[in-house]
Amino acid sequence: MTETQQDIERHQYDVVVIGAGGAGLRAAIEARSQGKRTAIICKSLFGKAHTVMAEGGMAAAMGNVNSHDNWQVHFRDTMRGGKFMNNWRMAELHAQESPARAWELESWGALFDRTPDGKISQRNFGGHEYPRLAHVGDRTGLEMIRTLQQEVVALQQADARDLGDYEAMIKVFPECTITQLLLDGPEDDRRIAGAFGYWRESGSFVLFEAPAVVISTGGIGKSFKVTSNSWEGTGDGLGLALRAGATLLNMEFVQFHPTGMVWPLSVKGILVTESVRGDGGVLKNSEGRRFMFDYIPDVFKAQYATTEEEGDRWYTDPENNRRPPELLPRDEVARAINSEVKAGRGSPHGGVFLDVASRLSAEVIRKKLPSMYHQFMELAGVDITKEAMEVGPTCHYVMGGIEVDPDNGATPAVPGLFSAGEAAGGMHGSNRLGGNSLSDLVVFGRRAGLGAAHYVTELDAEGSRPRVAEADIARAQQADLVPLETDAGENPYELHQDLQQTMNDLVGIIRNADELRRALERIAELKQRAKRISVTGGRRYNPGWHVALDLKNMLLVSESIARAALERQESRGGHTRDDFPKMDPKWRRVNLICSLAADGGISIRRQPLPQIPDRLLALFDRVELTKYLTAEELSHLPEENQQ
Amino acid sequence: MTYDATFRVWRGDDEEGEFADYTVPVNEGEVVLDIIHRIQATQQPDLAVRWNCKAGKCGSCSAEVNGKPRLLCMTRMSTFLDTETITVTPLRTFPIIKDLVTDVSFNYEKARKVPSFTPPPGLEPGDYRMQQIDVERSQEFRKCIECFLCQNTCHVLRDHEENKPKFSGPRFLMRIAELDMHPLDTLDRKKAAQDEHGLGYCNITKCCTEVCPEHIKITDNALIPLKERVIDEKYDPLLALGRVFRKDKAKKG
Repeated sequence: MTETQQDIERHQYDVVVIGAGGAGLRAAIEARSQGKRTAIICKSLFGKAHTVMAEGGMAAAMGNVNSHDNWQVHFRDTMRGGKFMNNWRMAELHAQESPARAWELESWGALFDRTPDGKISQRNFGGHEYPRLAHVGDRTGLEMIRTLQQEVVALQQADARDLGDYEAMIKVFPECTITQLLLDGPEDDRRIAGAFGYWRESGSFVLFEAPAVVISTGGIGKSFKVTSNSWEGTGDGLGLALRAGATLLNMEFVQFHPTGMVWPLSVKGILVTESVRGDGGVLKNSEGRRFMFDYIPDVFKAQYATTEEEGDRWYTDPENNRRPPELLPRDEVARAINSEVKAGRGSPHGGVFLDVASRLSAEVIRKKLPSMYHQFMELAGVDITKEAMEVGPTCHYVMGGIEVDPDNGATPAVPGLFSAGEAAGGMHGSNRLGGNSLSDLVVFGRRAGLGAAHYVTELDAEGSRPRVAEADIARAQQADLVPLETDAGENPYELHQDLQQTMNDLVGIIRNADELRRALERIAELKQRAKRISVTGGRRYNPGWHVALDLKNMLLVSESIARAALERQESRGGHTRDDFPKMDPKWRRVNLICSLAADGGISIRRQPLPQIPDRLLALFDRVELTKYLTAEELSHLPEENQQ
Repeated sequence: MTYDATFRVWRGDDEEGEFADYTVPVNEGEVVLDIIHRIQATQQPDLAVRWNCKAGKCGSCSAEVNGKPRLLCMTRMSTFLDTETITVTPLRTFPIIKDLVTDVSFNYEKARKVPSFTPPPGLEPGDYRMQQIDVERSQEFRKCIECFLCQNTCHVLRDHEENKPKFSGPRFLMRIAELDMHPLDTLDRKKAAQDEHGLGYCNITKCCTEVCPEHIKITDNALIPLKERVIDEKYDPLLALGRVFRKDKAKKG
C-alpha cells in the first residue's frame, strides 16, 4: 500500500513543534501567540507526554516560603548542582524567568498548593538552598501538562470564535511520529524545509512543509534497561537533529535518579519522587544506618549537616541548621546507594531502604505523597505509611542534548532548527537539580517558540521559504519501509533489549575505558543487525515497526553517550569513571560535541565551554570557586572574589 | 514463581476480528501490560496496544480485562488465579482502531466544548491569592489522568451511541465542576452543563467513580454538587444571586 508521492498527505505550517510535553506545548503556545501557524506533533495522544510523570515540582525563586530566595541564589544552586559545567547564560535566564513562567501557568488555570497567605507554596528539594519548588502534592508534572494542554485548547477556542475554525492557527497531530527532517539548500548552507513522518493509526505517511522546526522530544531513557522514562523516551529528536547535521553537547552526562523502585522486577526503575526526602524521608542501609552522612563530598561539606540531630532540626529550623545529606544533588546520592549495595549493605532486592513511615504520620504521608502511597500499594503491595520502600538508581534524565543558542534555542549548524527541554543540552551542566526540569521546559520552551517565530518572520521578510525536494521525500519513505520489506531478519524487540542490556552493563552509573570500548563494539554490532530488522504485519498501528524505526535514534544516541563518556577522562556529575575518579578543573573547560560522520558513525570534538562572566562569578566566594576552576582561571578572578 | 497463563486477546478492528489465544509465561510481580508486551515480543509483534508510562500516571493503556475497565499497567497478575483465562478487550464505548487500541477522539472534541478557565479581568499573573482549602475541591478533579475509563463505563455513552452528541460524559462534566469550583473562575457554567453537556442524563449510578484509577469521587464530589448548583439556580433566583455574591466574596478574601 505504498502511496505514490502525490498521494502523501501534506501540510504547510510556519512552525512545526515535534514533541508535546511541557517544552513543546509552551513553544507552540508562544509561536501561535506570535501569529505563526503552528503544528504540534506528538508521538502519543495529546496530554500523555513524559512530563506527566514529573512529581516533585517546578523550581522558581518566587520567595513565597523563604523571602531570602531570589534568582541569584537559584543560579548559584543550579551551577553547583551542575558542577559548573552549565551553560551560564541558560542557568541565568532560567533562574530569572522561572517565577514568571510559574505565575503564567497559574493564570492559565494551574492550581498549585498554597501557602497560608494564599500564594503558591514551595517545597524543599535536593540542592536547592531554600524551599523553591511550586508543586501539587506529588503530581506536579500532570498539573503542568494539563494546564498547557488546556491553554492550547483555550487558544483554539479563541480561533474558533474569531476565525471560525478551532484549528486555524494551532493544530495537534496526535500519534504521529517524525522520522526525518527535510532540508533545502547547497551542501554547506542547508536550512530546515520540513519534516516527514507517519501516522501510527494508519501507518500512512505525512509531510509537513515548514521553515522552522522545534525539537522538544525529551529524553533517551529507553536506551537503558532500568529507567524511569516512558515508552517515548527513545531520543527521537536527538537522532533527527544529528541526521540533519546538528550537533549534540556533552552526551556523557546522564542522570541516574537515586530512588527508583527495585521490586517487583516488572516495575523496576519507576520513579520514587525526591519529595519523599524533601519532606523528611531518610535513606538507610541493611544495618539501619543513615549512610548518607558517610558520603558528603568536600565541595558540599559546608552546606550539609554532619549529625542526624542537626539534619532533623533543619526541617523545622532551616535558618540555624544545615540540611541533611539525603538532600545532596542526585548524582551524589545515586553513587552512595550504588556503593552501599556493592558493599553488601543493600536491601533484599538490591536497593536500600527509603523510610518515611517512621518519620511522618500516616495521614501526612497520604496527604503529601498521595501518588507514592498509591504506587507502592498497587504495584508492590507495600504500605509506605507502615514499611520502608526499597529503592535504587534508575536512568532518569540526560543533561546532554542538542547544542543550542541559550537565548533562542536555535541550533548553530542548521538554520530553522530549534530545540528546548530535555532534548536540548547545556542548561544543567553535568547534573540536573530536581525541580529544574519543569521550569526549564517552560522557560526555554517559550524562548524556542519565540526564536522560531522570529526566524520565520525574518525569512518571510527576505521573501523566500525553503522548499522540500521530492527526491528527499521518496528517500525518507523508502528508508521507513525497509523493515516491512525485509524478510526473516532480526526481531526489533530483541534488538532493543540487547541495546538496553549493553547500556545498562557498560555505560551505566560507574564507567571505565575498557567497558566503554566494549560498549562501542557492541553498539557497532547492533547497528549492523539493525539493518536487517524485519517486521511482520502491515503498517496499521504496528508496534514492531515503530520500535524498528525508533531504534535508529536509540542507536545514534547510545553511541554518542558511549563515545563522549570514553572521551571525558574525569568524574563529574552524571559521568563517573572509576579509572578517573576525580573531578578535573581542566576538563570543566571542555564541551564535547557529537556529530554524525559520513560513515554513519558518531564523531566527537572538543570545544571550549563559554566563560562565566565576572558579574556572575561574583556570586560565589573564592574558596568555593577553587574547587572548580583552574589556577589560571582563578588568577583572573574579579576583585569581589579575591578575598 | 513462574507459571504459564492463558490469555485471550481481541485481534482486529471495528469491522472484523476475533479472539486469539496465547499461552504466556508470567513472573512474580507482573501486571497485565507486561504479559501483553511479552506476547508482542515473542509471539505477535504487530499486536497493537497503547501505553506510555507503565506507572499509572498517563492513562494511556485503558482496556477491559475480563470485561472490567482497567489500566493494563495497574492490573497485577496476582489478582487472578493461575488457571484463569484472562480476556483482554479494547474499550467498548469507542471505535476500535486495531486490537486493543481505540479511537478516543470523542473525548478531545468534548474537551474543546468546555470554555476555558476565565480569571477576573485585570488580575495579573503573580497576584493570584487563593486559600488551600478553597483549591482542594478542584485539585481533586485535576488528579484526572484522562484514561477515559469513566467515559467508557458510563452506560449513557456505553449503551447509547445516540447520546454521544448530547452528553459529554463524567470526565467533562467533572471538568465543568472543577472550573465552577475554581475560586477565581468568573464564568457561570451551570446552564451550559445542563443544556450543552447533558448533565441531566447522568443518573448518579456511580459507575464512573468505581472505575476511576485515581480514586476521584466523581459522582459524590463533582456530579452531584454540580446538579445541586444547577437546580438551585433553576428554581431559586435569590439563592442563585447569593451564590454569585458568595463567590465574589471568596475572591476578595
